[in-house]
Amino acid sequence: MNSEKNKKPVLELKNLHKSFGDNHVLKGFNLKLFEGENLVIMGKSGSGKSVMVKCLVGLIQPDKGSITINDEDIITLGHKELDILRTEIGFLFQGSALYDSMTVRENLEFPLRRHKDKIENFQGTEILVKEALENVGLSNAIDLMPAELSGGMQRRVALARALILKPKIIMYDEPTTGLDPITAKEIILLMRNIQKKYHTSSLIITHDVDCARVISNRMILLVDGINYAEGSFEELSNSSDPQVQAFFKN
Amino acid sequence: MIFQLLMDKTSTILTRTKSFFAEIGDMTLFAGRFFREVFSPPFEFTELLRQCYNMGNRSLLLVGVTGFILGLVFTLQSRPTLMQFGAQSWMASMVSLSIVREIGPVIIALICAGRIGSGIGAELGSMRVTEQIDAMEVSGTNPFKYLVITRIVATTLMLPLLIIMGDTIALLGSAIVENLKGDVSFLLYFNQVFDALRFSDILPATVKSVFFGFAIGLVGCYKGYNCSKGTVGVGEASNSAVVYISMLLFVIDFIAVFVTDIFF
Ligand SMILES: Nc1ncnc2c1ncn2[C@@H]1O[C@H](COP(=O)(O)OP(=O)(O)OP(=O)(O)O)[C@@H](O)[C@H]1O
Ligand SMILES: [Mg+2]
Repeated sequence: MNSEKNKKPVLELKNLHKSFGDNHVLKGFNLKLFEGENLVIMGKSGSGKSVMVKCLVGLIQPDKGSITINDEDIITLGHKELDILRTEIGFLFQGSALYDSMTVRENLEFPLRRHKDKIENFQGTEILVKEALENVGLSNAIDLMPAELSGGMQRRVALARALILKPKIIMYDEPTTGLDPITAKEIILLMRNIQKKYHTSSLIITHDVDCARVISNRMILLVDGINYAEGSFEELSNSSDPQVQAFFKN
Repeated sequence: MIFQLLMDKTSTILTRTKSFFAEIGDMTLFAGRFFREVFSPPFEFTELLRQCYNMGNRSLLLVGVTGFILGLVFTLQSRPTLMQFGAQSWMASMVSLSIVREIGPVIIALICAGRIGSGIGAELGSMRVTEQIDAMEVSGTNPFKYLVITRIVATTLMLPLLIIMGDTIALLGSAIVENLKGDVSFLLYFNQVFDALRFSDILPATVKSVFFGFAIGLVGCYKGYNCSKGTVGVGEASNSAVVYISMLLFVIDFIAVFVTDIFF
């Protein structure tokens, strides 16, 4: 924990504000993600977690605040530079967001099409796609359509798609929500393996206390649009603050 | 009381009118973005071809059947009137002129508004709602180029082709009626058709159908791409796409007739 304090963050959010009309969602949220760590963000439904990560990848323009990833300011970045930076970031959408007019193979090839230069270092798309599917244990689903897969399988394909460019930073928006406990555990193990294998930094948004316990190095609680509490899983779960306690009680 | 009611009605009408014009404004901006991005690389040729193929393929049968029935019915209905004046020999030129200049393009464009326009609205709408468009953006592909520009260009290219095909089939239907009821041979009928049609009939109609195609693609994409959240939004997008396109088609037709009148 202390050693991380001296490290440089790969991703930093300062004083982030975002409102939709009268709905003030984020009111000065701060966050630092250090290299190689798993940072878990917890917060109630509707507290603005998805809005926050979408700001991070430039899908939503924040009203105020700064976002730096790898020393680059996301908000002022041009389209081209932003696209290059985005190859370093994997994003798992809350609802999987697979392209439903394409097969699993085409879904996985899609992120590669604009980044041919990046693939040249690898062995070609075919091998990359197969490897990504093997990582999530779905090699035999390669020619199926997303509609033919179960929810858990879709989530795993989405995970494979998010990881196919071997990003340095991965953002998971509720990776285990809506899955049965066994599949959820599989996904968590998968995330851990990938983190070990490629030494990525991950930002994980979840409601799932078990998931947080297994995977987190550090946690941030998002309450009322700000980072309400911060610390390791043990620190937070033993906190006396009733607002913090509410997250850990079953 | 009545005064109050009147005030309420007027204010709802005013807000509706305002949001209608706001929407027209947004659509114009959307069209502006299309023209800004359509000529700048990267170009999505594969996707464009796929869209052209899909649109043509999906509408072929519908346009063919509609065109055939159109020609058939139009000829059957006009026969008695023309016969009263002993003017059956004008049948071929009358039918060909009205179908090629006006009825063919408008009817086929309306059919395609229902078939293609609503399809685009629903498809892009559901992609927006399920965050597929966001996912594209994150993976470094400009969704506006990949989804919107390819579709608008495809409708603009395909609609004139579909209309020419529909017109031809309509004339075929008309020829069949004339052949059965009036003992006019196919050869004679089509000779009369080609005598009647001039360059100044075909060119404006084709130019008009290019605009029809553009309108169908533009409004369908606009409605789908800016779909509001939820599945209700998807239905709404595809539905209002058809309504707006149909209105726009008549406006374009109206303008086209005026312009044609000046030049030809
Ligand atoms: N595009 C949008 N337009 C208007 N309001 C929005 C938009 N996106 C999100 N909101 C609002 O922002 C708030 C936060 O939404 P968000 O999706 O970030 O919640 P969340 O913390 O991810 O919740 P959950 O755990 O249920 O996913 C909600 O009140 C929502 O109504
Ligand atoms: Mg969310």
